[in-house]
Amino acid sequence: MPTVSMAQALNTALRDALRDDERVLVFGEDVGPLGGVFRITDGLTRDFGEERCFDTPLAESGIVGLAVGMAMGGFRPVVEMQFDAFAYPAFEQIASHVAKLRNRTRGRLSLPMVIRVPYAGGIGGVEHHCDSSEAYYAHTPGLKVVTPATVEDAYWLLRDAIADPDPVVFLEPKKLYWAKAEAALERRAAAPFGRAAIRRPGRDATLVAYGPSVPVALEAASAAAEEGLDLEVVDLRTIVPFDDETVVESVRRTGRCVVVQEAQGFAGVGAEIAARVQERCFHSLAAPVLRVAGFDIPYPPPMLEHAHLPGVDRVLDAVDRLQFDDRPDVRHLTRGAA
Amino acid sequence: MSTKTSARAVRELLPSQAPIRFVDESGSAVKAPAGYHVPPDDLLRAAYRWMVVGRRFDTQATALTKQGRLAVYPSSRGQEACQVAGVLALRERDWLFPTYRDSVALVARGLDPVEVLTLLRGDWHCGYDPVATRVAPQCTPLATQVLHATGMAEALRRKGEDGVVMAFIGDGGTSEGDFHEALNFAAVLKAPVVFFVQNNKYAISVPLAKQSAAPALAYKGVGYGVPAEQVDGNDLVAVLSVLSAAVEHARSGRGPFLVEAHTYRMDAHTNADDATRYRDDDEVRRWRAADPLPRLETYLRGRGLLTDEDAESARTQGESFAADLRARMNADTEPDLLEIFDHVYAEPTPQLLEQREQLRAELNAQES
Repeated sequence: MPTVSMAQALNTALRDALRDDERVLVFGEDVGPLGGVFRITDGLTRDFGEERCFDTPLAESGIVGLAVGMAMGGFRPVVEMQFDAFAYPAFEQIASHVAKLRNRTRGRLSLPMVIRVPYAGGIGGVEHHCDSSEAYYAHTPGLKVVTPATVEDAYWLLRDAIADPDPVVFLEPKKLYWAKAEAALERRAAAPFGRAAIRRPGRDATLVAYGPSVPVALEAASAAAEEGLDLEVVDLRTIVPFDDETVVESVRRTGRCVVVQEAQGFAGVGAEIAARVQERCFHSLAAPVLRVAGFDIPYPPPMLEHAHLPGVDRVLDAVDRLQFDDRPDVRHLTRGAA
Repeated sequence: MSTKTSARAVRELLPSQAPIRFVDESGSAVKAPAGYHVPPDDLLRAAYRWMVVGRRFDTQATALTKQGRLAVYPSSRGQEACQVAGVLALRERDWLFPTYRDSVALVARGLDPVEVLTLLRGDWHCGYDPVATRVAPQCTPLATQVLHATGMAEALRRKGEDGVVMAFIGDGGTSEGDFHEALNFAAVLKAPVVFFVQNNKYAISVPLAKQSAAPALAYKGVGYGVPAEQVDGNDLVAVLSVLSAAVEHARSGRGPFLVEAHTYRMDAHTNADDATRYRDDDEVRRWRAADPLPRLETYLRGRGLLTDEDAESARTQGESFAADLRARMNADTEPDLLEIFDHVYAEPTPQLLEQREQLRAELNAQES
């Protein structure tokens, strides 16, 4: 099988969607001849023409608002926000219109459109280039929120997102753009849209992760295996729709759960997952559901980001607190203790 | 390489220095402005009829708020020339992107008034079918719809349809970023869209002077390469003439056009607003004297285009329109509460299905 990077897989998905459906259009800032700052749209203008892949003026609300009108008019726009934090000017369009048009019109209008957002950190980016913004979108009913963690999923989830009748915020983990894997993209092995995937089966505890935190969870599971702990890793793939079934089935089996996310923890997606697991798996749980997340700080400067990002050690520390020795974690009992 | 801007190119984008006007406040025709034509007689007569019906509709809607039948109603009283001309300048295949204050325009477009008022009655957000009517849902966030209009115009252009899109917006809305982004995008794409600013002088309570320092809002076009015009918004003949020219400009592939109509919101922002807190009676009185309806009526009578019978017939039509609306709005509606889960996604998520069952159980428990 050929070796493919996530960036190439995304490019191939856009290419194949443009080829298969003439309603699909790609536009945004620098996506034309440059191919996007991350080269995800590389060669699309050359191969499909400026009518199908084009640069727009530099205004994110304008890009998304234009896409809303074009989707109302029968097209399937796939727009690029250049970076996570640069998508915020478009937030009103996304929250008030992209997410709500189907609802406002009682289902008479739908918006089949995709908003691609390179997101999260770990690439040494300066400020405003590394936000994990998934919670804003996941908290907005009407949006589907997707984030791939593997090369194959990058391709198939993007194809699924473009074909979906609902608007999709497609979050691309920047630090995984250059991750490579052997993948035959033309043969679908990926799970259906909306289903989580068990990336590594295990018996002792479940690590729930998505996007950039999946490789961290897998690495932590490998390290734990050396210490005799068998960890299962669930990759959500789609944050919305959320696959309760797969997560719940796993945690009921293992009896322990750690949620791993790169985003700041407070009021984040991980908090929602922890609550859902606790509500549904309470009698199967041998320990409290723990979260490993970024700190509740604005994303730090490049030379400091390693202290913020949840790494393997922080995940393993959390696993250590899952009461495998049958003693409660003192941190849950002692006020003010470390 | 020369970077000098051609003076002629700039001049072509600028609006007339004074608003275009065909008819003065007394209803007398003034010297017709160069480059514009008096609309056909039939269209003027239809406009008069819709203005009469529209005003009666507006009064009735305000009355319905007092009876608790509408949650709120933003009146467009005094803006009927704009409301009606904005619609009569369009063909059936053209699209309209209105705001919450444009209910009269939707009525003039031929939409069912009960469906128009669904938003304000509150049994759903939008009552009419946007696809069948080619009217987008009335937009309550300011200026966001102007970008959607631009996108729709670009979609029509790409599909090779000769449809045009009309985007309504108010004076306050021109301060929002989306207005500027829409003008810029439309100009770059040469999208067939007409931006129609109804400058009614107030954004709720904030007067125009605190909204913009531009010589007129129409001058906002030149910076984006969008040609613009300003027009007396209480002169139906002028508004219809200028908008028709703007629509023709867009339809012929020459790109977007911006029109500012100077008008006045005679009533408060909504029934919940108290306009005496921010404007004085003298000002309101002056504008009432510039009422677009008697102005058009006098003009049409002067030209022999309107008889007593015509006027009476329009008045009667307005009354029966209002009576029908009253009767239908006074009938209680029983919205299906479970429908709130139906239009979130094309297919409800498992979580929404669970929540739907929860509500169903709650409702069943209440009934038993």
